Amino acid sequence: MVEEVGPEVQKLKVGDHVLVPFNIACGKCAFCKQGLYGNCHESNPQATAVGGIYGYSHTAGGYEGGQAEYVRVPYADVSPTVIPQGMDPDDAVLLTDVVPTGYQAAEMGGIQPGDTVVVFGAGPRVFWAVNCWWMFGGGRYIVIDQFFYRLYFVRNYANCEAYKFKEMADRVVFLNKTTDWMGADVVIDAVGAEAAGNALQTITGRKLLLQAGSTTALHWAINSVKKGGIVSIVGVYGPTDNLVPIGNVLNKGLTIRANQASVKRLLPRLIEHIQNGILNPKALITHRVPLEEVSDAYHIFSAKLDNCIKPVLIPPSARM
Amino acid sequence: MKNTAKDFSHIKGWGIDADPKNDPTYPMKHRTNEEQLGYSWERPTQQPVNVEVLHSNERPNVTAVFGTAVPPSGLSGMIRRFAFKYSESSYGHWLPLLLADRVNVVEGVLDDLSRGHIPNIFAEKGWKAEWKHNPQGLVKKVVVGVVVVSALVALLAPKNKSLRKG
Repeated sequence: MVEEVGPEVQKLKVGDHVLVPFNIACGKCAFCKQGLYGNCHESNPQATAVGGIYGYSHTAGGYEGGQAEYVRVPYADVSPTVIPQGMDPDDAVLLTDVVPTGYQAAEMGGIQPGDTVVVFGAGPRVFWAVNCWWMFGGGRYIVIDQFFYRLYFVRNYANCEAYKFKEMADRVVFLNKTTDWMGADVVIDAVGAEAAGNALQTITGRKLLLQAGSTTALHWAINSVKKGGIVSIVGVYGPTDNLVPIGNVLNKGLTIRANQASVKRLLPRLIEHIQNGILNPKALITHRVPLEEVSDAYHIFSAKLDNCIKPVLIPPSARM
Repeated sequence: MKNTAKDFSHIKGWGIDADPKNDPTYPMKHRTNEEQLGYSWERPTQQPVNVEVLHSNERPNVTAVFGTAVPPSGLSGMIRRFAFKYSESSYGHWLPLLLADRVNVVEGVLDDLSRGHIPNIFAEKGWKAEWKHNPQGLVKKVVVGVVVVSALVALLAPKNKSLRKG
């Protein structure tokens, strides 16, 4: 809820219920005008690659985190959007980050009718990505993860095939075989830096930080996509170097598409989908945790405890 | 700002096969070609710079808005200032920033202690949830931690060497 507005704010007023995208966008720079709201040039002094993001450390502008009782919102007239009447706040809160990220993963994949799409990682953004794939067409959807409860959930929720990678001797061979030795048309890396499945990557990327995260999922993506195919990356990596088989990207003629979600650009379409009953984000909320217990919420989510899919934090004012 | 857009129309055949639909960034990017005009847009109102703001040397200025949550300070701040002398494509930038983050953790703990606040590491790591949902895992972590630390201590502890010669 808007508690206070600055003198230049025109579109919002005190008392409005708004959803605030995770990325901070000015709406005036050349990048915002092209719809690249995650790459705003006027919100992050500390790095030029990405725009400002709430609570995303120094590399994204050093802003206070949005998972708080109150937060200062720059450029309040640009991205923040008044929650449409009748929309469940649980749906609205998930439109600020994870749903648009899942949607953009599918969008960047350029999915065509009949395509086989593989996604690594069965986290929340994947559930929506799979849900969104149907809107883009496609013919076969395969999700790979390491946790049975997530695979079970995604299979039932999004009507796709789901496999546990630890049960495969070689994930790339499995995927090639199951696609008649051709490879998938589109592969989505929705895992990013925390990927498991390869000891060398885990040690160098996650434990010793000798590279900017483990690239296990990206390796599998590049090596299991069809020649001339598309790899869509929404899994987050650090800004320094990673071990990536770039030679295979060249030799297979791949297109790599990646970005932080452009939330503002996608909001009108996604709101429409929710209002029309096509998307149901709140169905994935498994845990509701008081804001004061945020550390527990993060741990439950990251350690995949208690069959957690998506926790939401409830601030004290919302419990009154 | 300097207009960097160039006109190549005098070159015979320039752009003859250009196909605007052949844009692999679509639909992520609504191409306007505005970036060809350089850093020339009307900038938003500048947020007052009341705290020290480090900015990438790949840009000429501080962005119109910025975070004020963690301005550079102390030893970590000195390391960060050093890091920002180098570009985002340099190890000289990122490695000191990684170090600064870790130094800042220690500074934060010392700051807590100096204010009489003892950090509750157990709560901050979310171990209450671990204990509730995965007690065996927590016990395993603690045991492994104790074994590793004990092994390190045993390895690094000064040994009693005999000075007698046989």
